[in-house]
Amino acid sequence: MAQFVLQRAMHASVVLVVVSLLVFCGIYAIGNPVHVLIDPRSSQEVIDQAIRNLGLDRPLWEQYLLFLRNAMEGDLGNSYVHSRPALQVILERLPATLELIFVAMSIAVVAGIPLGLIAGSMGERLPGRALSNLSVLGFSLPTFWVGLTLILIFSIELRWLPSGGRGEVGALLGVRTSLATSDGWKHVLLPAVNLSLFPMALLMRLVRSGVIEQANMDYVRFARAKGLSSTRILIAYIFRNTLIPVVTVMGLVTGGLIAFSVVTESVFAWPGIGKLIVDSIRLLDRPVIVAYILIVVLVFTAINFATDVTYSIIDPRIRLGGANR
Amino acid sequence: MNWKVVFREYSRDITSLLALAALSVALLLAIFASVIAVQDPYDLTALNLMDSRLPPGSIGENGLYHLLGTDDQGRDVASAILYGLRISIGVAVASGAIGIVLGTAVGILAAYLGGWADAVLMRIVDIQLSFPAILNAMILLAVFGTGLLNIIIALVAVQWAYYARTARSAALVELGREYVEAAKSLSFGPMRIMFRHILPNCLGPLLVIAAVELANAIALEASLSFLGTGLRVTEPSLGLLIANGYSLMLSGHYWLTIYPGLALLILVASANLIADGLRRAFISRSAVAVDHG
Repeated sequence: MAQFVLQRAMHASVVLVVVSLLVFCGIYAIGNPVHVLIDPRSSQEVIDQAIRNLGLDRPLWEQYLLFLRNAMEGDLGNSYVHSRPALQVILERLPATLELIFVAMSIAVVAGIPLGLIAGSMGERLPGRALSNLSVLGFSLPTFWVGLTLILIFSIELRWLPSGGRGEVGALLGVRTSLATSDGWKHVLLPAVNLSLFPMALLMRLVRSGVIEQANMDYVRFARAKGLSSTRILIAYIFRNTLIPVVTVMGLVTGGLIAFSVVTESVFAWPGIGKLIVDSIRLLDRPVIVAYILIVVLVFTAINFATDVTYSIIDPRIRLGGANR
Repeated sequence: MNWKVVFREYSRDITSLLALAALSVALLLAIFASVIAVQDPYDLTALNLMDSRLPPGSIGENGLYHLLGTDDQGRDVASAILYGLRISIGVAVASGAIGIVLGTAVGILAAYLGGWADAVLMRIVDIQLSFPAILNAMILLAVFGTGLLNIIIALVAVQWAYYARTARSAALVELGREYVEAAKSLSFGPMRIMFRHILPNCLGPLLVIAAVELANAIALEASLSFLGTGLRVTEPSLGLLIANGYSLMLSGHYWLTIYPGLALLILVASANLIADGLRRAFISRSAVAVDHG
């Protein structure tokens, strides 16, 4: 067990270093940030001065080593555009994204699990099939398309909800969040629904297939023979046994939403890290791009690591499989 | 593999059949876009500014019937959608074809070789799949720049790992079968065993993934183009049409966004429904296959 954890931890750190190297070299190839950040009409001295200040005059490998050493100390360079530490710029935007993901995930759980239970208990009958086909839409509709449709319906036609922005931000339990004000809730609703469709569809399908799988088990037949109502069997017996994969997938999907929020945030002008990265790519704000990718990679690697370890605790066969197939 | 049985199982669901029909129609429309379209939407001499922003169903100065209206440059939206379909489908199919060849080769090779080669290859796959596709693609496009070729490269890079993982797990199952042992004892070469014996038996799951990935590639390209990090304006896919229309949506020219959006929706949804139908068909087929040994 300890060996497995250690091995996975080593994998994870290798991934981080490789990704940082790839990203750093790759981003260098995007273009020359000098042309983007400095007014080309300014005099040569001003340009040289700026290049020196940004450290762009050193050799590539030296820039990388410097970057790696600083990264260990939590210093990922200054944003060219914001003239502040890149890490700080990202951390400032992070609460908005987390808040969006939190609301989206809550909507997904509250709607997706009951729908999955209903669809599963219907089995192959028409309503079950229909719900299952409907959930395909949740996967297949491009997020930006759904976002635009939501704006078109609820902001432009009905004028019920604002089409973008974060709204008023208040303090809740010492955290500054839009969830503390009614205006903030109005703003978060549309993007959160938009973001929730994918996890909702995923949860629904997962629960549905779990219910169908469990429905033929002996313990279910026994419960039915005892004369328990089908609702009680569904909730107290079957649902419990579908929970393990559901919880695992929820962990992974929550991480995935960080990436999906890129699209949602851009459509709804939500000031989170997703919009930040799109803007940074357009403006070639190298330190922010690198810091963003490293943070997201860190989060993902941590989540994957946790999942691997959890699995190996639940199912020891996983530890033995793999390498020696 | 008994394709007749697969098709019979597939046809049992009406939705799957409708999806197959819809995708076939879209494919035909894309192939014959230049014949069906009332005008070449990117021939600037054919555009008339007097015809700009006509609502759906109106007739322009030059006597053309604009079924879905025109955009701000007097371009026929229906024609633009047909040409957009061509680009969207073309990009997705090209990247899918390269991805499936590359990924399957890697997957079967990893399964056959085993040992450290397998471990290294699958670790690369794991690393790649631990990041969401859109993030991978955006990083690659940020590095290589936008444009048709680069987005195909990015989509291949995103997709190959799914095929590799699927091919490997299918090949691992096949490797344990007796026919592989028989082929080995006849001292057939590894290439022949891998690609003439094992590969045909892995096609089922690969086909399902191919349908899923077709949908994903179309949606991903559209999202990236919409964000402005995908195709260039000179290569107007459905995503770009939607993005262009979006800027005019607030002023009531809804048809510029809605119709390309609907085309994208039908395309992606039908590919996903086909994948669903195939999955069901293959599950019932393998149930049959087990009965016969």
